[in-house]
Amino acid sequence: MEKFTTLSAIAAALPEANIDTDKIIPARFLKTTQRTGLGRHAFDAMRYREDGSENPDFVLNREPWRKAEILITFDNLGCGSSREHAPWALLDFGIRCVIAPSFADIFFNNCFKNGILPISLPREVCERLMDDASMGENARLTVDLARQVVIRPDGEEVSFDIDPFRKHLLLEGLDDIGQTLQHEQGITRYENREHQEKSWMPSIHID
Amino acid sequence: MAPRTLFDKIWDDHVVETLPDGTSILYIDRHLVHEVTSPQAFEGLRLAGRRLRHPERTIAVVDHNVPTSDRTQPIEEPESRNQIETLERNVKEFGVPYFPLLSANQGIVHVVGPEQGISLPGMTIVCGDSHTSTHGAMGSLAFGIGTSEVEHVMATQTILQKPAKNMRVTVEGVPGHGVSAKDIMLAIIGRIGTAGGTGHVIEFAGSAIRGLDMAGRMTLCNMSIEAGARAGLVAPDETTFEYVRGRPFAPKGEDFDRAVAYWKTLATDEGAHFDKEVTLRAEDISPTLTWGTSPETVLPISGTVPDPAQEPDEARRAQMQRMLDYMGLEAGQAIAGTPVDVVFIGSCTNSRIEDLRAAARVAEGRKVAQGVRAMIVPGSGNVKRQAEEEGLDKVFLDAGFEWREAGCSMCLGMNPDRLTPGQRCASTSNRNFEGRQGPGGRTHLLSPAMAAAAAVTGCLTDVRELV
Repeated sequence: MEKFTTLSAIAAALPEANIDTDKIIPARFLKTTQRTGLGRHAFDAMRYREDGSENPDFVLNREPWRKAEILITFDNLGCGSSREHAPWALLDFGIRCVIAPSFADIFFNNCFKNGILPISLPREVCERLMDDASMGENARLTVDLARQVVIRPDGEEVSFDIDPFRKHLLLEGLDDIGQTLQHEQGITRYENREHQEKSWMPSIHID
Repeated sequence: MAPRTLFDKIWDDHVVETLPDGTSILYIDRHLVHEVTSPQAFEGLRLAGRRLRHPERTIAVVDHNVPTSDRTQPIEEPESRNQIETLERNVKEFGVPYFPLLSANQGIVHVVGPEQGISLPGMTIVCGDSHTSTHGAMGSLAFGIGTSEVEHVMATQTILQKPAKNMRVTVEGVPGHGVSAKDIMLAIIGRIGTAGGTGHVIEFAGSAIRGLDMAGRMTLCNMSIEAGARAGLVAPDETTFEYVRGRPFAPKGEDFDRAVAYWKTLATDEGAHFDKEVTLRAEDISPTLTWGTSPETVLPISGTVPDPAQEPDEARRAQMQRMLDYMGLEAGQAIAGTPVDVVFIGSCTNSRIEDLRAAARVAEGRKVAQGVRAMIVPGSGNVKRQAEEEGLDKVFLDAGFEWREAGCSMCLGMNPDRLTPGQRCASTSNRNFEGRQGPGGRTHLLSPAMAAAAAVTGCLTDVRELV
């Protein structure tokens, strides 16, 4: 997983609430067995017209937001399915940071696992950042994860909260499995205890 | 010890270790795997030279992509075929128990788990699918995870989590005629909204919930995710124990008795703290359906489509208008009487034998309206077989319904079962998002009985007029 330290980039505003995972990546594109290549279908229904051509009104089809690496939306971003294809599609498009007043739980989790930083900020702050984003190339936002601030084009710093463990994993680009396996003895102890206390626990075997 | 909730008890019982920042390593009893969200996880294991820590706590099925027509022919869509073949290679290589496509036990993972006795009370259950919340009906803590977490569970049999908050939704009273678990759940989501449960695990309680059979409880817990909750659950009781008894993978004999003794300790203690409480009266709930493209946009069947002009918030007003345009509805129109093109009875929400019986009661002796395509997609091979033993297939076929093989089907249109642009569908599934059932498709979520009523009248109809 790529580290996330600081990101200075073009931000795109998508001023909608409840942007669901079917909108981010429709189910018919989930047939891949890879993590990459989904970027061209990110926001498919909003991005392309029925004949397959680009919808020129959609923000991510316009310059300079085609190169956006930060996405700002309203509440409950990523609601719906658990598909990790949603952050994969965003990442493959180039998005490294999503900012919204609130997120759906599973999507929020999935972002961290892929080096995307989800930042939760009050709606009025998101609206101000959307104003900045509307200035496109002239207004890059900077996200400094170590200092936990978003720096606006006028230099104003907006601080945000983040779970310290997740911050650490992002800054170092670490995945969870290696971390957890450091606690393997604890897992084995748990299993031994369970074996005694829940001796009824069935195993699944199919011939 | 302070009084604890059902969720607290299951959680406490599965904590392996709590890290200094409050994240817990939580032990996972059951891992359910399907073809769509697992290939990248198996690939990750392979690249790291890892194995599954406990294949015997894991079960794999194919459901999302599978055709629901003739299964003896090769799968036509090459990408779907590839995903299914990839799973078959992976379960072989990693030694994962698997119900193949042609097994009678094949079906939607959230139907198969409880049906086989694989999902049991008091367990922690995960799957790379948000509707894993379904298994909470067993009195287990069950939630959806992403593919990175799928790989994590495969490698470690644990997951990293912080405890959720506790929320209780209490429904008291006796549901009226024609009102099912689906109507109750739609009413709940309408009340609390699609983010109403975010960060919480919802315990469903109250006399109306205790009165539900297991299928109804599964419908309820299934759609907890549509209320934004991490999981939904119902305390295990005699209804649960009777359901579990004798299932193929459930404990047997003395083991069963020992398990029940443990399961009986799980119910929420008197005086346990809930961070959020919501109460509804079952008598206030009518047959309910959605009008928009978010599951919270619900109406009683007697209702009229809301008017965006009445909405004070500008962003919400614009969103409502967009929904009306997408759905092809006018503000103020009565929802009943709206013609439908397709009826879909199936999905992990409503494809169990009880659901099919409810639909058959409406369909019996009637005909699917002209121009309507109506499909029945049983949740598993076993549900299909049982329905055939009861003669339900005949009822449906005589009425002009399609009688199909088990799978996720038109709930999300990953297989060939899809809406075409502009088609309106009365659907027993769980999501009415734009394009969910096919690009441009228009979805109204409702109960199996209401869906059958729409099929035989050709329009959204109050089922109470028919039964």
